[in-house]
Amino acid sequence: MDPLVTFCLRMGDTALILGQQTAAWCGHAPVLEEDIAFANMGLDLIGQTQLWYEIAAEAEGKGRTPDDLAFFRTERQFLNAQLVERPNVDFAHALMRQYLFDAWHLPMQEALCESGHEPIRGLAQKSVKEVRYHIDRSRDLIVRLGDGSEESRAKMQGALDALWPYAADLMATDEVEKTLAEQGVLPDLHRVRRAFDAETAATLERATLAIPENGHARTGGRSGIHTETMGYILAEMQSVPRSYPDARW
Amino acid sequence: MRPDTDTVRGWLGEVPDPEIPAISVVDLGIVRDVGWEGETLVVDVTPTYAGCPATLVIALDIETALHARGIEKVEVRRKMSPAWSTDWISPEGRQKLLDYGIAPPQLNAANCAGMLSAQTAACPQCGSENTEMLAGRGSTPCKAQFRCRDCREPFDYFKAI
Repeated sequence: MDPLVTFCLRMGDTALILGQQTAAWCGHAPVLEEDIAFANMGLDLIGQTQLWYEIAAEAEGKGRTPDDLAFFRTERQFLNAQLVERPNVDFAHALMRQYLFDAWHLPMQEALCESGHEPIRGLAQKSVKEVRYHIDRSRDLIVRLGDGSEESRAKMQGALDALWPYAADLMATDEVEKTLAEQGVLPDLHRVRRAFDAETAATLERATLAIPENGHARTGGRSGIHTETMGYILAEMQSVPRSYPDARW
Repeated sequence: MRPDTDTVRGWLGEVPDPEIPAISVVDLGIVRDVGWEGETLVVDVTPTYAGCPATLVIALDIETALHARGIEKVEVRRKMSPAWSTDWISPEGRQKLLDYGIAPPQLNAANCAGMLSAQTAACPQCGSENTEMLAGRGSTPCKAQFRCRDCREPFDYFKAI
């Protein structure tokens, strides 16, 4: 596959799966404000997905639409980072997953604002404004709940222990990113990793949470290798368009 | 019939935003360009937020309004770049928001350090600046929920972006 298409699918799929997971909180969050916040954030992410898929579909040139890419690909064809497919265990998990994603997403979008590829640059300059609000919220809540009651702290630490190994998958790179960097499509992505490390170190310390030290890392999502939960997410997300492929609003 | 683009802009100034019908799509600053390409009237529209569900409705409303004025071929094109900013809401638009009960976005506050906590809003009901934020996300993603400490009324604040 064209490296540009692969990269756009990696970005778009990661945004879509998190948007889908996040939207599931609508009607279930512990307080109304957070219910609305998760739904709002999911909407932003799904909007950004649409933009990534448009660039991918255009570069691919097979006449596929963003809806085709979202609803008519199988699990192995999805290139999202494994972090975003981790289950909505409880509010602590959902929030920690969101925060770790945001801590990568903001510097990534900032870096992409300097992409040599005009549509990607335009997408990033649009998305980055939304992403700044996302991390503003998730960082605040991580600190409040981490440095909160004994119970909230234990839940946040548990979520961090469970999810930290998956954060590496957000930043995993291979020949695709290397080729695009040589073409000037991608800027230097090392600084994204440095920004992620600085952001998480500072915030998690304020939240009195400890980063797991075992160095364990789970990767593979960006090459189509997924965890058990992924199939369930796709089954729910794709069921209506697959049952009624010609359905129109 | 090919009315000039100023006339068309005037007509678009009567197309309300579907989420906030008090202001028009022109007031909102999302109509970026209007021009003729042969017999087709092309309207460039930039979305407010990438996932704003009103985007499709806005395109449809613009087409419908221009068809009603007798223009047969209308194409609404989405223009992503430069990204929309709340600073593009016209002064008239800001006044209309205020009259409708929504505190308009602070100017030059998008991307500021501190984000929402650095933004302030005066109460649209009594004008007091003694207000507090209740929630960062309100009835739509683009708004935050505030309360006036003086008149005690809750109100929406249009976030700077």
